[in-house]
Formats: sequence, structure tokens, C-alpha cells
Amino acid sequence: MYFDLTDEQQAIKATAREFLAARFMSERIREIAASEDGFDAGAWREMSELGWPGLALPEEWGGQGLGIVDLAVLFEEMGYALAPAPLLSNTVVGMALAECGSDEQKERYLRPLAEGERRGAPALWDAGSPAVPGVHTMEAKADGDAVVLDGEKVLVVDAGSADVFLVVTSDGRRHIVASDSPGVTVIPSTSIDLTRRLYSVRFEGVRVPPEDTLPGEQADYLPVLWRTCVATAAESTGVAQRALEMAVEYAKDRQQFGRPIGAYQAVSHRCAQMLLETENARSTVYGAAWAADAEPESLPLAASMAKAYASDAGWRVPNASIQVHGGIGFTWEHDLHFFLKRGRANAALFGDAKWHRERVADAVLSRAATPAVV
Amino acid sequence: MDLTLSPSEEEFRDEVRAWLQANHPGPEPSGGLDEVMEFRGDWQRKLHAAGWAGISWPREYGGRGATLIEQAIWVDEATRQEAPSPANVLGLAMGGPVVIAHGSDEQKARYLEPILTGEEIWCQGFSEPESGSDLASLKTRAVRDGDEWVVTGQKVWTTFAQYAKWCMLVARTDPDAPKHQGLTYFLMDMEQEGVEAKPLVQITGEGEFNEVFINEARIPDENVVGGIGNGWSVAITTLMNERAGLAFGAIAQIQNSLGRLARLANEVRLDGGSAADDSHYRQRIAQLHIEAEAMRLGAYRGLTKTMQSGIPGPEGSLGKWQWADINQAVTELALEIEGGYAPLARGSEHAIADGAWQYGFLRSRANSIEGGTTDILRNIIAERVLGLPRLR
Repeated sequence: MYFDLTDEQQAIKATAREFLAARFMSERIREIAASEDGFDAGAWREMSELGWPGLALPEEWGGQGLGIVDLAVLFEEMGYALAPAPLLSNTVVGMALAECGSDEQKERYLRPLAEGERRGAPALWDAGSPAVPGVHTMEAKADGDAVVLDGEKVLVVDAGSADVFLVVTSDGRRHIVASDSPGVTVIPSTSIDLTRRLYSVRFEGVRVPPEDTLPGEQADYLPVLWRTCVATAAESTGVAQRALEMAVEYAKDRQQFGRPIGAYQAVSHRCAQMLLETENARSTVYGAAWAADAEPESLPLAASMAKAYASDAGWRVPNASIQVHGGIGFTWEHDLHFFLKRGRANAALFGDAKWHRERVADAVLSRAATPAVV
Repeated sequence: MDLTLSPSEEEFRDEVRAWLQANHPGPEPSGGLDEVMEFRGDWQRKLHAAGWAGISWPREYGGRGATLIEQAIWVDEATRQEAPSPANVLGLAMGGPVVIAHGSDEQKARYLEPILTGEEIWCQGFSEPESGSDLASLKTRAVRDGDEWVVTGQKVWTTFAQYAKWCMLVARTDPDAPKHQGLTYFLMDMEQEGVEAKPLVQITGEGEFNEVFINEARIPDENVVGGIGNGWSVAITTLMNERAGLAFGAIAQIQNSLGRLARLANEVRLDGGSAADDSHYRQRIAQLHIEAEAMRLGAYRGLTKTMQSGIPGPEGSLGKWQWADINQAVTELALEIEGGYAPLARGSEHAIADGAWQYGFLRSRANSIEGGTTDILRNIIAERVLGLPRLR
């Protein structure tokens, strides 16, 4: 029993903390947030040199071959720094290819994604659908041995900087489509989170040759979904950690009625609550990350617990931090709003808290339906 | 990172599990407290005979010398199987460890064995009517008279004082010193004139706690633990011991309650299905499971830290706070699920689960007060974990 990071994981954390703090100072995040596509090509190249795009992807295909705990460490730091980079979207596509792709597809698509030469983004949800895992309406219409895609995918993360999309169809299959394919149109959406862009992607008679459809079916991608939830929850934990630290620092400095506001229990107890939620998020994230690496049978429940908890904490902690800051926390000039927005946007990604709690309820209530032994 | 038990720890767990299954005395008697204490006394003798009393104590003092993980395994298994408490729970968890840490050789020889056997029950005389969270302000006075001390004052919330032979008493020996420095830790014989324990009836109708009236009680000088004027730091050791041991039992207890809650939800019929089909209840039940899991994992993180540094950190306060929150929320939700039947208590016709949730609801109101109020725990976290300034 040892529930802490190893020395190697501490080193990943320290490297990430240092690199991201230097690359993404407040002014730089604001520049990227105000830019056309929200993408920093220079930072991406450096992240690729550090091996981050392929951190938890197989070494055989250009990745680092590390585990989900390591991935969680990295994503917690990405959230802490609020790094605007398409690492999450790229990682999701990489994990799907690693899980279900043929060797040919891995050579052709996974390797460049793992090495950061190209970038992938998952196109999961269809316009008008509830945007929850497992519900996909776009049809894969057969055309000889190829399929043809028509429709509109929404809430596509980082589509603007993606080279390939992983497109899900109603039969549960995944197809690789280059973003510059004929019939593909990428349309920016306006997200509250300017540091992670969302897009609609229209598909009009887009023909996918058989070699670009992955062999897997819906259920085969579930482990990818659970690992994605862990990474997203880890990022939200980092967001919460940073917002907590900002609140504590401010509460120590800011004086009202002749003393620091952190001396008042109305403020200090709010900060204690923020710590509780941040630490709980971290515990559930690392519990699930450990399960992903060491005890995959307990991952589905653990991942839903982590995503549900961190979805809430990821925006509630920044929300509480704004309250501690008072008026200044409500201004555009202060960075806090970026954290609130990332936390809230993450809460909606890959199944919101309610969706994951329902899965937890299903597991614990059906278990109880069988009479207890004692 | 490794959340599994080592082979030797698994072996230990199997041994604990098998022993408890073979020796579990069944549920506690439902009669009065006297009957319960007798039952727990029998249980403690059984534990002691098999070497399970004083599991955390070093072997040289008659304990088992278990590692932190083994202690966690023991309390987890015992709680899972709903084994009764030993009669002398405060002696085992606090009195013994304090005597071991701060006591003289004579005190160790005199007190430890009867704690383990349960022959002498211990109670804790810290809180006073005017000194609750602000413990160091306590007023009970001890005045030297030759080689004895004469003690006068009042203690409150004294669990099992009516059965106790010894009281871990903190009293003021120097009224002129700063409040934390004028205190001394005594072992007071409860069986003397001048000490009177009166049960305090709680909102459940039971009397676990007592008021203890002390009027010129006598304590020989040799019963001072840790030296005159050191009462505060000795008392803090006691409280640390209280908290460190509780976490894993608390978690297993919550898991038991959550199991019962899920069964309740499956049984209670609402319009068009059971409470377990109702989306609102499903969400809240799931949330409590998630919080309990976060607490369990947090306790493992705390245990890892304690193993590295040797002492439990202030982060432990998070666990106690959460335990109170979850335990109260589980019973509150159970009563909501019972709906119109919520008022029906133990023994009543038509009461659901024989009023067990009604009892749990009422008893758990104390969870955010006993052993450090949630409000004080928030202060500790704010000041000692987050480094926020003190108001005081």
C-alpha cells in the first residue's frame, strides 16, 4: 500500500509545472485566448519534444509507453497552468487508435499523433443529440466497401488545429477523416472557455475508404472513454488547485476592517471547503488512474466517480475563489474567470456529473438489489 | 502507487477475518447500558486472550505491535463484520498509548495490563461546561496538599464515567501561568468520595455521556503523567491517538450504512416504482457513494504520508469532517426516502427497519460535534494546512 506519486511521477510533475509556468504566463494565455484559432504552434512543438502527445501511448508506435497515473499527473498540471494546447483531444484519438486500430492504421495515424507531428480530435456528438457518451446518430452509409458520412458533429474540441478527426457513427464504429478532406467544413463555435476552442464539423458526402475505418465496435472504446474521463478529471483537479491557491494567497494579503480577510471564518471556512473539494477530486482521480493501470475491472466505476466529483469541484472551487476575491474576481482583468470557464466546460465534456452519477447509482443500487449475505 | 495489500498484509487480513467470523459474539443485547457493558467486557476478554486487544501497542507492553496498515485492516474488518466495541475502548485507544508515551515505568507496570483485560475501565475528563472547543481554558483546579493533589471542578461529555475506574483528567495546577502551560495530566481514581458521575440524557434518550462532579477528590502525586505543567501536550497526544485510529473504522461504518441505504431504497415503494428507481434519490445516493470513496482514498493518502513522516498531519481533520458530513447525510436521506413514515421510531408498529434510521438520524447529529467540531476542524485546516492567519 503506497498511495502517492513515485519519484519518476514527481519528476514529470515538476518538469510540467516549470515548463508550463514559463510558456503560459497570464499575458500569453490572454494572447492565445484572443487569437483566431487559439493554437500555439511553438508550444506544441516543445510539448512534442517532451514526449507529451504520446505520453501514455505505446512506445512501439512512437509514444512514451507510460501509464494513466503519469497521464493524470501531466493533465493535472495542464489544468493548473490552464495551458491552451490540444493535448487532451490528441490524446483521446491516440488512445482510440492504440486500443482498436490495425497495425497499418497505427503506423499511418497513431505514430504521427504520438510524436506530435500531426494532431487528432474526436468528433463524437451530433447536432441535436444530447451530447452524452454512447449516443451517436450520424449514419455510416455503405458505398461499396467504403462508407459515406453526412451530418454535423458538434462540440468538437480543438478541431481548428486538428489534422484528422476520429468520427463516430451510429453503429459505434470510428472513422479517421482528414480535416482537409473534400466535403469537410470546420465552423468555430463560441465557447465560454476561450482557452479550449469548440467547433462544429460538417460532413457532406465524405467518403471514408475501408482502410480508414477502425476495426473496433462501440464496447471496445469504453476503456478509452474511462481513461479520457480520468484525464479530464485530472485537468479539472489542477484547475481547482490553482483557483484554491489564488484564493488563499488573496485572503492572506487583502485587508479589510484592519486585518487580512483570511482571518475571518466566513472566508477561511470557505477556503477549507475548497481544499476539501480539491483533495477529494485528487483522491478520486488518482484512485481511478491507478485502477486504469493496475486493476482495469474497477476502472469503469472509479472513472465515473472521478469524473462526477471533479466535474463539480472543477467549477465550484473557482466559483468560490471568485467569491473570496470579491469585485476584482469578477473582472476580465483577473485570470480567475478563465479557470471558472475551463472548469465548467470540462464538467460538460465526456458525460457530465449527472450522467456519471447515474452510472454509479446503477452499480451500487443493483448490487443492493440482491439480498445481503449477512 | 499501489493500492493493494502486500501478500503478508493479505495474510493478516485473512487471519483477522477468519478469527472474527469464528468468534463474533453476535449483535449487542438490546437491553440497558449495564447489559451492553457486560457483553462488551466478555468480548474484550476474548479479544485479549487471542492477542487482539491493544493491537497498536508495542509488544513489550502486551500489545500486538501491528503496523499502521495492519491496524487499518483490523478496524476495517471488525467494522465490516459489525463486531462490538471492547468495553474499555477509551483505555485501549487513548489511556494506554498515553501511559506508554509519557508514563513512568511504575505507571506502565500498574496500569497497562488491566486496560488490556478490561478489568479497569477508563474515561476521559477533558471538556468542561465552559470549556468545549477552547479546551485550554478549563477551570478544574488541582491544589497540592503534601504528596497529594486536591481536585475540585466539573467535567462533561465523559463517556462511560459511570463504569470507569480511572479518569484521564486534565486540571489546572498553575492559575497564574498562560492557559496552555498551567495544566497537568492526572490519572484520577473514580471510586472515591468527591467524584460523582451523573448520566446526561442525549437526544436519543440514551445516556452514553456523563457529567462528572469533582469535589475535593484526592490524587496521589505518583498519578501525574508527563510532569507538572505539561498537561496540554500530553492531552494533545491523546487526541491525536483518538483521530488516527478512527479513520478506517469510520469508513467501513459508512460503507455498511450505504449498503443499508441502498437496500432501503430498493424496498421503499413510491408511486410507480421503488425509491431506487427515482432519479432524484439515485443521484443523491450516488453522490454519497462518491464522497465515501473520496474519503476512503483520502485516508489511504493520509496513511501513506503518516508512514513516511511518522506523525499524522493536520490533513486528518479533513477525514473527520467528511465522516460527520457523510454520516449525517446518509441518515437524512434515509428519512427522506421513508417519506411520511419518517417519524416512526424503534418499537413502533409500521416503523421501517424497526426505526433504525430514526435512531441513526438522531445519534449522528453529534458527529459534527464529538471529537472536534466541524467548525473547529475548518479552523485547523485553514490555519495549519492553508496557512491562513488566526483570528484569535
